[in-house]
Parts: sequence; structure tokens; C-alpha cells
Amino acid sequence: MHEWALAQAVVSTVLKIAERDGWRKVFEVRIQIGELQQIDHEIFDFSLSLLRTPILEKTTFHIDSVPAELHCRVCEHTWELITDDLDDEVSEAIHFIPEVAHSYLKCPKCGSPDFEIMKGRGVWLASIQGEK
Amino acid sequence: MSDPRVNIINERLSGIGKVIAVCRGKGGVGKSFFASTLALSLSKLGYKVGLLDIDFTSPSTHVILNVEDVSPKEEKGIIPPLAHDLRYMSITYYTGDRPTPLRGIDVSNVLIELLAITQWGTLDFLVLDLPPGLGDVTLDTIRLIKAVTFLIITTPSKIAFETVRKLIQLLTEQHATIIGVVENMKMRDSTIIQEQVKEQNISFLGEIAFDPDLEDAIGDVDKLRTTKFMNTVEEILSKHPEITKH
Repeated sequence: MHEWALAQAVVSTVLKIAERDGWRKVFEVRIQIGELQQIDHEIFDFSLSLLRTPILEKTTFHIDSVPAELHCRVCEHTWELITDDLDDEVSEAIHFIPEVAHSYLKCPKCGSPDFEIMKGRGVWLASIQGEK
Repeated sequence: MSDPRVNIINERLSGIGKVIAVCRGKGGVGKSFFASTLALSLSKLGYKVGLLDIDFTSPSTHVILNVEDVSPKEEKGIIPPLAHDLRYMSITYYTGDRPTPLRGIDVSNVLIELLAITQWGTLDFLVLDLPPGLGDVTLDTIRLIKAVTFLIITTPSKIAFETVRKLIQLLTEQHATIIGVVENMKMRDSTIIQEQVKEQNISFLGEIAFDPDLEDAIGDVDKLRTTKFMNTVEEILSKHPEITKH
């Protein structure tokens, strides 16, 4: 349940924003989950449901997936990483720390490990709506 | 868009009495040996201790302590396994022996991820092994860990101390707590470093003589515990209760 830790980070951030803005209710939270980290959406969603507080009682959590896009700094090649193609050991390592992709993956065009993770890295809070 | 991980870090560390970041200006001053033996010495005193290696591109504490055949448990995050009675965490659980070439933003992301998902539980001390210099990890450690304290290692070299002086200036300007400076690999009598540390109004914690037997103790914790190096670390701890005070 590594997903639980990330879900708790989202809830903690939402509650801080709600407190800062004086909200009594949060209607909607939009979360982006990068495919590189291969977060299990069901477990993540289940974790969010366990972490609900009264202020989040009626909150709708939208979870959007973002494909993993990598860009090679050496040859400028950009490619989408299909995580289903990774072997189990690599998948498991990247699941916990996405940046360890640099230990396992290389640019498919020039073979360099010097690539940038452009999109699809981890969990992001995209938007939040509430009322006072 | 907001990165939610940053908001959970200090809650994750809330069960820890004191975070000691072992840092240095330049590489090769014995900082990873010091961080490892400091953690072992604190544990020997009966404290519950964690060790987090955040020198992500050149981790070495797993080699010094011969951490093998253990891995973190996944439970509401990741729980570091016990190695020599220390809760031990390192990127090497996920990279093995492979090179891990990381640029600044990646280094920051690894640190944030590990701090956000690692469940340390209750500890008296968490020792951090920082990479050299005034780069991303040092800046992120100051930014992210509210109650962090810094313990600086240098050698008798004026070159090493030149960067230490800048590190002290940075930490002081950022209102970070500096426990003090330890002078390692001492080979002859000289008070130059001690005087310069005191000029900076920083506590000089002690000196550790160059220990030719230390290399042979790499990967053998029983041997490491008998080295002059570790005995001196224990002496420094007993002479300076401010290190363990929290």
C-alpha cells in the first residue's frame, strides 16, 4: 500500500488549502497520476476513501492518467514509455522511485541515460474547488 | 499544479526526536564513515536510530555497513528494514549496483519521494548521509526538513575547509542549526581548522586521527566497531551531549 502514502499526501495538501482559504466544504479535487509510477488507481482511490474527513465527506476525486513522456537530452528524441513492456524488477523499482528509471532505461535512439521525464512522473494535485 | 508530497514530509518525520544531517564541503573526507559510525554509536547507547543515505548518485553506507539481503516492507508507504539495529534506507534497494545518473531536478524528486513515502515510525535519531557541496540535496534538506540539524565533517586540508566555510555561511544565513564541525583524517598536530571553526562561532566537536585500519573494516561491522575511528566517534558523542540533546 505505497499508494496510501501518496493518497495521504494529497489529502493533507487539500486540507491545508481548504484551511488556508477558509473552506468548510471541498466539492471537487482533480488529481493527475503519471503512468511512469504505475500507481494502482483502485488502491489509490480506496486509500482516499479511508482518509476522508468531514470536510471531504462529499468531495468527488477525479483521477486522470498522464502518459509517461521522456526526452533525450543528447539526441533530442522524445518517446512515450509503455510501462507494460517493462520487466517486473524494473517496474517495481520505478513504482517506488520513478527517477531510478535512469538506472534501467536508455534512449531508444542513441542509448543515453541522460533523459528528462517530461510528463507522467507521479501524483499531482491539478485543481481543487470548495466553498466557505 | 501542486506537488502534494512536500506537504506530508514533516508529518512523516514527526516521530523522530532529532534529524542529524552529516555533511561536508568536498568529497573524500570520510563523511559516509562518520554518518555510519555515528548511527551505530547512537544505537549502541540504546537509542532507536535510522540512517538514510541521500547521496543518491554515489551511495556508500550500504557498502560500509554491508547491508545485504534485506529490503523495505510496503505498508502505508515503505518501512525501512533493520540492519545492525538501524532502520536503514537507501536508493540502492531499487537500483542495485547499477549507475544512477541523476540531474538536479531528479535528485530533488528522489529526496522528496523518499521523505514522503518512508514510514520511520518512532526514532530518537535519524542520521542523513548527504552528498558533498552546496547543491540540490543540501538546499532541499534545509527547505523540506523543518527541524534538521547539521554536523559538518572536514579534513585538515585548507582546500576542504574553504568549502566548509561557505557551507557554514549558507547554513547560518538560512538559520539552519549547526551542531558543530569534526576534523577527520588528522595526520599531524595543527590547530588551524579548530581556530577557523571557532572564528566562525561554530562548535569544534573534535578530531579523528587518520585510521589506516578503516579500509579493512569496510563491510565488516564487528571490525568497524573496534576501529580507532569509531572509538573516537563514541568519545566525541560522550564529550558533547549537545549532539544527543533534543
